[in-house]
Amino acid sequence: MEERRPSPETMLERATVEAEGERRGKLKIFFGMAPGVGKTYALLQDAQAKKRAGVDVVLGWIETHGRRETEALTHGLERLAARRVDYRGLELVEFDLDAALRRRPALVLLDELAHTNAAGSRHARRWQDAEELLAAGIDVYTTLNVQHVESLNDVVASITGVVVRETVPDSIVDRAHEIELVDLPPDELLQRLEQGKVYLPAEAERARASFFRKGNLIALRELALRRTAERVDAQALEWRRAQGLAEPWSARERVLVAVGPAPSSADVIRSAYRLATRLRAPWLAVSVETPAFGRLSEEERERVAANLALAQRLGAETLVVRGERASEELLVLARARDVTKLLIGKPGPARWPWQRLRGLVPELVRRSGPIDVLVTSGEQGREELLRAPRRYRRHRAADYGWAFLSVLVCTAVGAASRSFLSLADLAMLYLLGVLIVASRLPRRPSLFAAVASVAALDFFFVSPAFTFAVSDLRYLLTFAVMLAVALLVSTFTVRLREQAEAARERERRTAALFALSRRFVVETGVAEIASVAMGHVRDLLGTDVAVLLADRAGNLTPCGGASAALVADEHELAVARWAFQHGRLAGHGTDTLPASRSLFIPLVGTGGHLGVFAVALAGRPEPPTPAQWQVLETFVAQTALALERALLVEQAARARVDVETERTRSALLSAVSHDVRTPLATITGAAGALLDEADLDPGTRRELAGTIREEAERLARLVADLLDLTRLESGDLVARTELCPLEEVVDSAVQRAHAVLAGHPLERLRPEEVLCAEIDPLLLEQVLVNLLENAARYSPPGTAIEMRLADEAGELRIEVADRGPGLAPGEEARVFERFYRAPDNQRAGGTGLGLTVSQAIVRAHRGRLTAENRAGGGALFRVALPRPAPIPIHSEEEERA
Amino acid sequence: MSTGSVAGALVLIVEDEPQLRRFLAAGLPRHGLRVLEAATGAEALRLAEQYVPDVVLLDLGLPDMEGREVARALRRWSALPILVLSARGQEREKVELLDAGADDYLTKPFGFDELLARIRAALRRVARAATNSGAGVFESGPLRIDLGARRVSVEGREVHLTPIEYSLLAVLAAQAGRIVTKKQLLTAVWGPHNTRESNYLRVYMTHLRRKLEPASGARLFRTEAGVGYGLELP
Repeated sequence: MEERRPSPETMLERATVEAEGERRGKLKIFFGMAPGVGKTYALLQDAQAKKRAGVDVVLGWIETHGRRETEALTHGLERLAARRVDYRGLELVEFDLDAALRRRPALVLLDELAHTNAAGSRHARRWQDAEELLAAGIDVYTTLNVQHVESLNDVVASITGVVVRETVPDSIVDRAHEIELVDLPPDELLQRLEQGKVYLPAEAERARASFFRKGNLIALRELALRRTAERVDAQALEWRRAQGLAEPWSARERVLVAVGPAPSSADVIRSAYRLATRLRAPWLAVSVETPAFGRLSEEERERVAANLALAQRLGAETLVVRGERASEELLVLARARDVTKLLIGKPGPARWPWQRLRGLVPELVRRSGPIDVLVTSGEQGREELLRAPRRYRRHRAADYGWAFLSVLVCTAVGAASRSFLSLADLAMLYLLGVLIVASRLPRRPSLFAAVASVAALDFFFVSPAFTFAVSDLRYLLTFAVMLAVALLVSTFTVRLREQAEAARERERRTAALFALSRRFVVETGVAEIASVAMGHVRDLLGTDVAVLLADRAGNLTPCGGASAALVADEHELAVARWAFQHGRLAGHGTDTLPASRSLFIPLVGTGGHLGVFAVALAGRPEPPTPAQWQVLETFVAQTALALERALLVEQAARARVDVETERTRSALLSAVSHDVRTPLATITGAAGALLDEADLDPGTRRELAGTIREEAERLARLVADLLDLTRLESGDLVARTELCPLEEVVDSAVQRAHAVLAGHPLERLRPEEVLCAEIDPLLLEQVLVNLLENAARYSPPGTAIEMRLADEAGELRIEVADRGPGLAPGEEARVFERFYRAPDNQRAGGTGLGLTVSQAIVRAHRGRLTAENRAGGGALFRVALPRPAPIPIHSEEEERA
Repeated sequence: MSTGSVAGALVLIVEDEPQLRRFLAAGLPRHGLRVLEAATGAEALRLAEQYVPDVVLLDLGLPDMEGREVARALRRWSALPILVLSARGQEREKVELLDAGADDYLTKPFGFDELLARIRAALRRVARAATNSGAGVFESGPLRIDLGARRVSVEGREVHLTPIEYSLLAVLAAQAGRIVTKKQLLTAVWGPHNTRESNYLRVYMTHLRRKLEPASGARLFRTEAGVGYGLELP
C-alpha cells in the first residue's frame, strides 16, 4: 500500500488525543462477561506486579466479597480509608475521592466502575470519580461487566431479561488506555457458581436462575469478546492513522438518528451508536420540534431531553430543529450534513388503513433519495413527537364546557329567530360557533363542537323536531356537508393558531438572541457583558443567576454586579469550582452533585475556561423546557465568547503597556549603564591616581579632584533626572498645583542654577503686572532649572542667557533663550526624546533626560514645552501655560480695612 | 576663606549614613568647628542635652524616629539652629520640619562651601538675636527697617509698603537667616485660623520683592519654591 501523508485535520486530531493522553492518567479496565469471572483477582494480580516494579499503588476501593484468595492479594497494598456517609440513618462506606486526590499516588485501584455512589457524594457515579482521577493525571485500574456498558445495555437486557440500571458511558470504555478481557468459559463459571465462589449483587441474585443460563453466558461472552475486539479494532485504526495509511474505506459514512419522547427511543439511539461505531462514522441525534411539540406533557419533554443527553453521552452531535413537518426537516438536515444512513424507530401498528401511506416513515422512505432509511424496533406507536401527536396535553373539562356552551348559544339564537331563518342560515350560524371555538380552544373541543353542532341542528331544527330522526333524506346530505365543513374549519383554524403561536415563540427566542448579541457588540467591558448576559437569562428563566469569573489563581468571584448569594455557601462554591475546573455542567439536575441548589454551566472560551454561569433552579415549580435549555445554552456560549473577547482586549491593553514599559526600561538601562559607567570610571581613575601617586604637583592634584567633583555632580544630576522620570511615569509624581506668581518660580530657579550660570550674564524681562498660574512650584522650578542649565551648557561662555515672562497669545509664557549654536533642522522635536543629546556635545555633561522630564512636567500642567531657533542665532525654549482666572488683589485701602 | 566667625562652634551631626557622617566629621574641624556625631535621633537628643551644641545638622530619614520629632524635642528647650539635610523628593517632610522649628535646609548632594555658608549664617543669626534683641532697627545690606516708625528704606531711599507687605517683611526680618514657611507667614500675619489668604500670600511677596529688590540685582530674599521665604543676612 502506498503511504499517504495524513491530512492536517487527522494530524490535529491525533495531536489532541496525544496531548490529552500526556496530561491524563491512564485507565485500564478489566472487562468481563458476568460477575464471578475473576476480574478483581486479575486486577489485584496486575497491581501487585506494578507494586513490585516500584509503582506507587493505592487501593482506593476493592470489593473482595470475603473471598480468601482475593483478600490475600490485597496484602501489602496501601489502603485508602473509606469515606463514611450517613444515608437515612444507614452508614454507607464509599470511595474517598478527595483523599485520593490529596494522596496523589501514581495508580489507584477502583473496583466496580459502574457503581452508584451514595447520595451526597460529589459524583452520582463511580465512573465520574475515575474520570476526575484521570483528569488529575492519576492512573486507574478498574473492573467492568459487559452488561454495564451503556450501548449494550438493551441487548443484555433482551438476552438475560435482567435490566441493569447502572450503566457506564461508552466514551469511558473507548477512551480507556487498555482493556483486559477476563475470560472464563461458561461451563467453568457455572461450576464456580455452584461451588458458591461467585458473589452476586442483590439484583442479580433475584434473577440468578434466568441470568446464569448457559445460553445467556455464551451470548454475554460473545458480546464481551466483540466489544473488546471493536476496541482493538479502533486502536488498530488509530495506529493506521498515525502511520498515515489510507483509511480502509473511501466514502465517509454519517448516521442520523431521530429522537422522540418515547422510552424506547433510547434503544433506537443505542442502535444508532452501535451502527455508527461499526461504521466508524460520526453521528447526529436530532429532535424535531413541530408545532405540536408544545402539547407534549412535561414528562415527555423531559424524556426528549434525557434521550438527547443519552445520545450526547454516547458521542453523538445533538441538534434540535424546528419545523412544520418532521420528515422534511430531517431530510433537509440529512442532505446538508451528508448523512448516509437515517435511523428511526419503527412506528406501531396503523390504526387506520390510510395511515400506512401517510406518517413519518412512509414519507421519509418516499423522499429520502440516496439516503438509507433504517427503521428499527423500539419506538412502538411512538412517532408522535416527530409528527403531530394526537393526544392533547390537557383534556380540560372546561374546554369542553366552553364548546358545549357555544353550541347552546347557537341553538338559543337559532330558536329565537327560527321564524325568519332558513335551515341553511342555521347551519351557517352553527359554523360560526365552531369557528369561534376553534380559534380559542384546542383541537378536540373544537371537533366536539363541530359534531355537537350537527347533532343540535338535527335534534332541534330538522323535522321531526326534538328527535334525531330525519324525515327527508336530503337532510342527510346537508348534515354530511356541514360536518365536513365544520371539521375542516376547526382543523385549519386550530393549525393556523398553532403555527402562529410557534412562530411567535420562535420570533421571541430569535429576538432575545439577537438582542443579546447586539448588546454584546456594544458592550466592551467584562463587567458590562456579564451584567447584560445575566439580565437576559433572568428574563428568560425568571430566576436568580450569577456570572462568576476566575482570576489567574482560579478563584471564582461574582462579576458585573452578580449577587453572591448563589455561591454564598461553601458547598455551592465547591460545585461551581468543580464545573469550572472540569468544563462540565454540574449541580442541580446533572449527574454531578445534583443536590446543589443551582446549576453551574462552565463558560468555555476558545482558549480555556473563563468561569461559571450559575442558575438557581432548586425550588422552581417546573424545570426549564428543552427550548429554554437551548436558548440558555446559546446564551451562555455567546456570553463566554463575548467575555473572552473582552478579556482578550483587556489583556492586550495590559500587554501593550507592559511592552511599552519593558521597552522604556531596557532603553533606559542601556543608556544609564553607559552614562553611569563613564563618570564612575573617571572618578575611580582620578581617585586612584590621587591615592597612588604621592608626588603629584598641587596643580595636577587640584585638577584630578576637580574632575572627580564634576563627574560626581554629573552622576547626581543623572540620578535626580532618572528619579523624576520614573516617578512621573509611574504616576507617583502628581502635580499639586496652586496659584503662584511665575516670577517667584523663576527667582527660585535662578537661585538654584546660579552655579551653572556663572559666566553667563542673565537678562530677565517681565511685564509690569504679576503673572500667576496654576502650577506646582517645585516641579516647574525643576523645569526652569533644566532649561537654564541646558542653555548654559550649550552656549559659549560669556554669552548672555535671556529669560522672559510674557502674557501672549492667550497663554502665559516663560522663555529661556541662548546664543549658542541653535538647533539643527529637525531637532526641534527630537531634543525632547529620551537620551537625545546634540551630536557634537556628548561631553557637555547633560544626561539627555532633562528635557524629557521637563516636557512631561509641563504637560502635567496642561501646558506645552517647545523649542525653536531664535532670530540672530541660538535656541529658544518656551514653556506655555494656560492662563488662570484672575485673582483680585485688595487695594491698600481694603487692606487697612 | 574666613573661619573667624564660626571658630570653636560645636556642630552636632545627626546622620545615619556612615560615609556622609565621616565626611562631615572629617571636613568641618578643618574649618575650626568642633563636631559631635550621632547616628540616631535618640542619640542626637541625648548628646544635644549633654553638650548643648551651637548648630545641629539633621538628616531626614533617621532609622529610629522622624526628623520632625527630633526638631520638636530640641525646640522644647532650645532655640539652637537646626539645619536639615534632605534629598530631592522629600519636600513634604522638609516643609514639615521647617514648620516644626528647623531653621534652614540643604538638598543633597550639596557642596562643602554651601554647607559652611549655611552654618555660618545660622550662627550669625543667633549672634544677632543675642545682641539685637529688642532693638528698633533692622539692617541688612541696603535694607533698613525702622521697626518703631514702621519705615523701610533701601539704599537710603524710603519705600512705601502696604500694611500687609510691611507685616510680612517684619516677620521675615525677625527671623532673618531662617526659612520661614508659608504656613508660618500666614499664621503670623493673618492669624492661626485664616488660610483664606493663602493664595494671595505669594502675590504679596512678589510685590514686596519688586518694591525692595533694586534693579541692581542685589539679593535680599531667598525664595524656596513651594517651601517658603527667607531674608538673607549679610
